[in-house]
Formats: sequence, C-alpha cells, structure tokens
Amino acid sequence: MSVTKPRGGIGESARRVDGEPKVTGAYAYGSDLATENMLWAVTVRSPHASARIRSIDTAAARRMDGVRCVLTGGDLEHAKTFGLEFCDQPVLAEDVVRYVGEAVAVVAAETLEEARLAAAAITVDYEPLPAVTDMERALDADAPLVHDFGNVLRHVHIVHGDPEHAAAEVWVDGYYETAMQDQAALGPEAGLAVPAADGGIDLYAVTQWIHVDRQQIAPCLGLPEEKVRITLAGVGGAFGSREDIHMQIHASLLALRTGRAVKMVYGREESFHGHVHRHPSRTWIRYGATRDGRLVSADVRLLLDGGAYASSSPAVVVNASTFAAGPYEVANVRVEGTVVYTNNPPCGAMRGFGAPQVCFAYEAAMDALAAKLGLDPLELRLKNAVHRGSVLPTGQVLEGPAPVRELIERCRAIPLPDEERTVGRDPIGYPGGAGNVSRGESLRRGVGYAVGFKNVMYSEGFDDAAEATVTLRPTPDGPVASVRTAAVDYGQGLYTVLAQIVRTELGVDEVVIEPSTSGVGSAGSTSASRQTTMTGGAVLGACREVRAALLERDLAEPISRTYTHHHRPTTPIDENGQGSPHASFAFVVQRATVEVDAELGLVRVVQIATAQDAGRVMNPQGAEGQVEGGTAQGVGLALTEEVILEDGAIRNASFTDYLIPTILDVAPVVTEFVEEPEEGAPYGLKGVGELATVVSTAAVVAALRAATGRTLNRAPVHPDDLVGIRPEATSSGPAPVPDVPGQKSIPEYLGLGLGQQMLMKGRDE
Amino acid sequence: MLIRTTVNGAERAVDVPPATSLLTLLRDELELTGSKNACEQGECGSCSVWLDGELVCSCLVPAVQADGADVRTVEALADNGGLHPVQEAFLDAGAVQCGFCTPGLVVAVADLLAREPHPSEDAIREALAGNLCRCTGYQKIVDAVRLAEEALA
Repeated sequence: MSVTKPRGGIGESARRVDGEPKVTGAYAYGSDLATENMLWAVTVRSPHASARIRSIDTAAARRMDGVRCVLTGGDLEHAKTFGLEFCDQPVLAEDVVRYVGEAVAVVAAETLEEARLAAAAITVDYEPLPAVTDMERALDADAPLVHDFGNVLRHVHIVHGDPEHAAAEVWVDGYYETAMQDQAALGPEAGLAVPAADGGIDLYAVTQWIHVDRQQIAPCLGLPEEKVRITLAGVGGAFGSREDIHMQIHASLLALRTGRAVKMVYGREESFHGHVHRHPSRTWIRYGATRDGRLVSADVRLLLDGGAYASSSPAVVVNASTFAAGPYEVANVRVEGTVVYTNNPPCGAMRGFGAPQVCFAYEAAMDALAAKLGLDPLELRLKNAVHRGSVLPTGQVLEGPAPVRELIERCRAIPLPDEERTVGRDPIGYPGGAGNVSRGESLRRGVGYAVGFKNVMYSEGFDDAAEATVTLRPTPDGPVASVRTAAVDYGQGLYTVLAQIVRTELGVDEVVIEPSTSGVGSAGSTSASRQTTMTGGAVLGACREVRAALLERDLAEPISRTYTHHHRPTTPIDENGQGSPHASFAFVVQRATVEVDAELGLVRVVQIATAQDAGRVMNPQGAEGQVEGGTAQGVGLALTEEVILEDGAIRNASFTDYLIPTILDVAPVVTEFVEEPEEGAPYGLKGVGELATVVSTAAVVAALRAATGRTLNRAPVHPDDLVGIRPEATSSGPAPVPDVPGQKSIPEYLGLGLGQQMLMKGRDE
Repeated sequence: MLIRTTVNGAERAVDVPPATSLLTLLRDELELTGSKNACEQGECGSCSVWLDGELVCSCLVPAVQADGADVRTVEALADNGGLHPVQEAFLDAGAVQCGFCTPGLVVAVADLLAREPHPSEDAIREALAGNLCRCTGYQKIVDAVRLAEEALA
C-alpha cells in the first residue's frame, strides 16, 4: 500500500475523536446509562469517624414500597474487602466503621426515590469509639488504632551520601502544610450492573483501569474474572479519583441478588465521601548550601494523612519521598517519609501523586535559601538543577533528558504581563473581581517561580505493560483502521492521540477507536502520566507489525496485530532507599504573577508562564489543554480548595462550599514546550498531564510571598494569611521516625491480601 | 402530577412526583441526558437549558414550573445541517476535554452570543462564571467563544 500523509497525524492539533457527541450531549457518561427494567440503588454511609456497629435494622426498609434488596456486611458471601494495593477496605462495614462516609448498607428499589426512602429507614446502632483524626497524633504510642496492626501504613527512609556530616555554610529550615484536595471531577461516580445468563455480570462503569477493577470486583462476587465483563462508561473527568472502586461491587452484588440491572449514581455530596482525596501533608525541610549557593545537604521529614484505608498511599509516599529534595543535585540527603492511617476519609491518587505537596515545601525552602544567600532565586536553581547524568537521592541516575536549565531560561524569557493602572479599572479587574469590593487602593504585585518534576509510569519494579490490537480492513472507500484497547480516556484526549498515531503509521484517514473493555489485555491505569506512552507505544508497535505484514501481502483480507508495550524496568528501593525506582522523569517550570489587595487579602492571578518538558508534543492543542487545566487545579489548591474536616467529617461536601476555580478565577496561561526526545518512548514523548499541577500551587504561593513579604507556609492561602490575621502554621518539630521493619508497606509484612500489586507483579507470585 | 410542556419543539405530557426537578424530568423521564447533573444546587451550570427563552439551571427549577412552558435543551442546538457554530467552535478551539460541562457551556455561550454578539472578555467571563469546568482551565473555552463569535457574525 502507498503511505499517504493523512490529516490529523502526530504533532497536529487533531480534533477530538469523541468531540462531536460531547458537544451535542449524545455522549453516554456513566450517569446517563439506563436499561429496561432496571433498579436504582443507594448507599447508607457512616456518620461516625470511628464506631462499633452494634446492630443494623433493615426490617422496615425491606418492607417499603419498591424495595427489592437490602445488603449489609453480614449478607456478603464472598470476599469482604477490596483495595488498590491491599485489600483492607470492607465492601460493607460489618464490625466497625473507620471514617465518616464509609459504606454500611446498600439498597436497590424500583425508583431512586424509593431507594432513598428505604436507605433513610435503615437504622444502624453505633457505639462511638475514640477516633484519631490528626496525622501526628496517629503516631503517638497511645493513639487510637485505626487498624489493629497500628497506624503506620508505610515509612520510606532514604539516605544518600553522608547527611550527618555535610559541611554546609548556610542553612534554612522550613515547615510547610498542604490541605486535603478533592479531584472534583464534574462527572460523578456512576455505572450500571447487568446480570448475565451465564451467572456473570456485565458492568458499565467509570474507572481509570478496567482490569484492576475487575481483579478487585470478581472475588467479592465469588466469580471468576472472565465472568466479570467490564465496559468503560463515559468518564466525566477523573484526576485520580476513579482509580479506586466506588459503586462497582455494590451494584454488581445487588444485580446478582435481584437478577435485575442496577444503576448507581453518586450525588455531589456522596461523591466527596465516595472517592479518595489528595493527601494532606506536613513537611519539615532543611537545606544546607555553600556560601556561593551550591546545595550540599537536604533533610526532609514528611508526613501524609492516608485516612482510613490504604488505597494507593504506599505509592504516593514513595513518590513524595523520592522527590522531596527537589530537582536539584544534592550530595547528602536524608528523607523520612511516613503515611499514616487516621479516621479521616481515605486519601489516594490525585494528579501529581505526592509530588505537589513536596514541591510546595522544597521550592519555598529554595526561595528562602536564595534570600539568605542574597542570590536571585533562579540563579540558585540554575546552579543546582539536575541534568542528564545527575544522581538523585535514591542513587538513580537520570538517564533520560532533564532539560531543567533550559526550562528555567525558557520560562524566564516569556514576557511578564504588562503593568496595569491601579485605579479606574472595571471592578471585575481587581482582586475579588465580581465581588466588587476593591477599588485598587492597596494593590501589590508579586512574581514567583517554581521548578518541579515527577515520574512518568509506575515505579518500584512494577511492569505496568499495555496491550493494543490494531486492525486494518479493506473497504470500498479504502482501508480503515480500528484500535482495540482497555485504555481509559477520561477526557485528556488519549483516544485522539491513538488515532493520530495510527494515521501517521498506516497512512489512513479513518481510524475507529473501539469501546474499551475487559475483553482485551490490560492497558494499565490511565494515571501517572503514563497512558500516552504505554498504550500509545502499544498502538505504535501494533501498527508497525501491521505494516510489516503488508510488505508480505496485500490487504485483500484484514490484517490484525496485537502488541504489548513495556517501559524501562525499575527496581524496588533497598533498606536505605537506594535503587532505580522510577522509569522516566519529566520536568516543569512555572512563573506566577499575582496581584494582592493587601488590606482585604484578596488575590488575582494575573498570568501563569509555563515551560514544560514534553519529549515530543503529540497534539499541541491537547497538550496546552493539559497544562491549562492542570494549572487551574494547582491554583485551586493555592487559593481556595480545601476539604475541611471536623472530627473526621467533611464540612464542605458541595460545590457551594468547596471552591474550584471559576472562569473568573483563572489567569491566562502561556505555555512553551521543550522537546528533547525520551529514548525508548514512542516518538520520544513524555506524559504531559500532571506536571503543571505539581508546580502551580508552589509558584502561586511564591508570588504571594513576593507580594506580601509573609511566610505563607500553608496551602491554600487564606485572605487572613495575606493580611496577617491568621498566624503561620507552626509545628513542635518533625514527626518522629516510626519503628518499622523496613521500606515496604506494613500490610505487606503482615501478609494482608495484595490488590493491584498482585496484578502488576504477575499472577504466579 | 401531570406536566404538559414543549421540549425542543415537541409537546410532552409527563406524570412525575411533585418534588421532581426539571433536570430529572428531562433526563429520567424524557431521556434527554445531554443536560448533566454535577452539583444539584445550581453551582456548576452543567444542566443549563432555556425555559421560555431564559437560561436556567434546570436542577433548580421544579418541573411544575415547566408546565405550559417552552423548554429548549442542548439537544436542540445541532440540526440536520450539522453542528451549531458554538459546538463547532468548542471542537476547533480544543475547549472539550471530559465534556461533562460542555453541554451546559455550549448552551450558555449560545445564549450569550444571541444576546450580545460581540462581548468583551470581561463580559464573557462574567456570563460564564456560573459554569464550572474542571478540565480545561477555561482558556480554550474563551477561545471557543471568540471563534463562535466570528462564525456567527
């Protein structure tokens, strides 16, 4: 066949393949699914952070109109727990509840209204128990135990060089806190479970990884995996929040019990309780440098609140710990990173996965060090930035591109926004904007930078491979290609990039992306900025095999090839945190320009300038969209986004009280990409989804410090912080290093059931 | 209670419980699922529709208020001739990611440009301040409004 150059190949801003149904309203999200004769189900959740369940009375609910099934923990016949990394989370709490919002019962009824009424009629007799809702308190010897094996979920210890004897001339110490953040995907947790004639289940649900869902669901249903057939429903955003199981097991259990299709959709308030959040963090950091600004020492103590169940916390704390010294060459490093169980809602994956929390700390400390040394903050960073060949605190050598210096220079070269007059603006142009409260009396502008980095793909020895099948078919109108994978596009544009790859490799205009299902091999998770590399790599490999086959014969019959892409192998960390835990790294620099009304403490973000390491930009418009959207989430954590907890209960579980940025709150984002190809990655690309979120909180708060001269060691920054009413966050000193047997997660030492680790390490182990 | 309403030009009669919202009537009774439910309290604009020509959050409107009224939803924007210029603009500008907010935003932008064919950027932002988007950071949504403005001029 002749390879023509079709429109919409790689490097072009091809239109989304799923765009048209999304703009017309025809795209079927999980919450839009319906079928004949289906039931609606709702969940009964715990109002207590810690309590013993004395009894659950479902008799009244079972007698109510339309009710077809009520399930409690005592009704479960198969596996009773699930979890991403460890099966430590009950499907339905039976003996105790460990957080406010934990599921204790589910009800299926003919209508949603009937299901809700029945759920309200279920009486649970709780005996409240002491709760631990502070992450430092969780480490106390006399703290209430969330699980009977203790409150430490994982501790990571990294020693590199000789941190005890590092000869620094100038030291800075800092303490930093970040709040719990909600992913706030607009599309809620939702799905439809349909019982099948073979005794299995057909499940249509929103998720980020079909196969790891199936691995957790099947044992709880008492079914072999092949009888749990999952098809991806339209996902209305994820940002990490769809990595964990939500309604899948509950709806499937109810469907199998009733023999009816069961639909579940979480409302916004339930959604806040029905998915994991970004870990709140406390970081104690100490940098030591020579007088001329060379970093010689970094000592970081890090504490993350994992909440009541493990989720992906063990991986998050490794990420945070391995990045905690920053993207800088430091010969002597000690990091002690701990994630604890508490009776707060569980935390897990959110865009950035541990990296934004430590970036907030190390970049603030770098600014403090620059000030102490009398150096320009960027000069200090240029002096110490990692580059290809640098050795990280884990001993891992940066084998791939690490264009940090170029990124700093490129970001610095982006023109600053023009100065604006301070009086006579339209009110919307002032901090506080449409609130119409400022007339520009005490405006102060500030500029701040942040440099950050993150791993791409999964780490610590996991082989999170991705499989794809590409088929080329002859049609009267010319060849048509189709792509089958289990990969999830939750909005970031993966399917469009896969189509671009096929167009480029096979020279066809028409590419069909088939629905993602469990009927093909695992694609791994759409997370860790990995899916364009991994499933993109699989599609590229399959296309090349199709092309090779075409050299042997013509396209009289369809040609189909399946390919599995693997990334560079990684290793676990040893007892000193040494190893090569990460497959690949990507870097980013942002500059924030802000305006603060110093009397009112109100903020207007004026501009965000970004220079990002992308390896190869596959779709410029889509890549910019990732930076712009990722920045908005980081700006949210800098200024307004905080899940407010009171004795473990979320006090702002709504979009009225949990404030994500509106179109009035975001600034223009200027984005430049540095394209230095990553060896071994398809087209040299690096994932682009998370980086902006890693740095934008740090950059905005740096700019706020520049504008106000205040310490601002806590994100989000409140107006009270900016006007000096609220004192800075204080600490009585670093959290103690817990006594643990080693670097692994504590549940692993205890032989508790493994979740996705089993899948990623291989089934035979 | 029986609601008689005109939805996208067609007369409909639906019997719903008294507390039903217009959004629920549209989504669950009439199977018009283009209007989305993301917050249930009028904060996000994903459920934006026209009620007698006025832009409303249909989650806040009791279904009974649509009795005798004319309702237009996102499903009415595209016609046989193809997408509405605002819909085309959202695709060209890259203003769609997960798309959950998109139907509400497309309706809100079409409403804005019908009222104000050449809005200032401040006016665009003010008009769309009731539509939350978690994916895009809004920059490409503003771009889409500009593209649509040109196409409609």
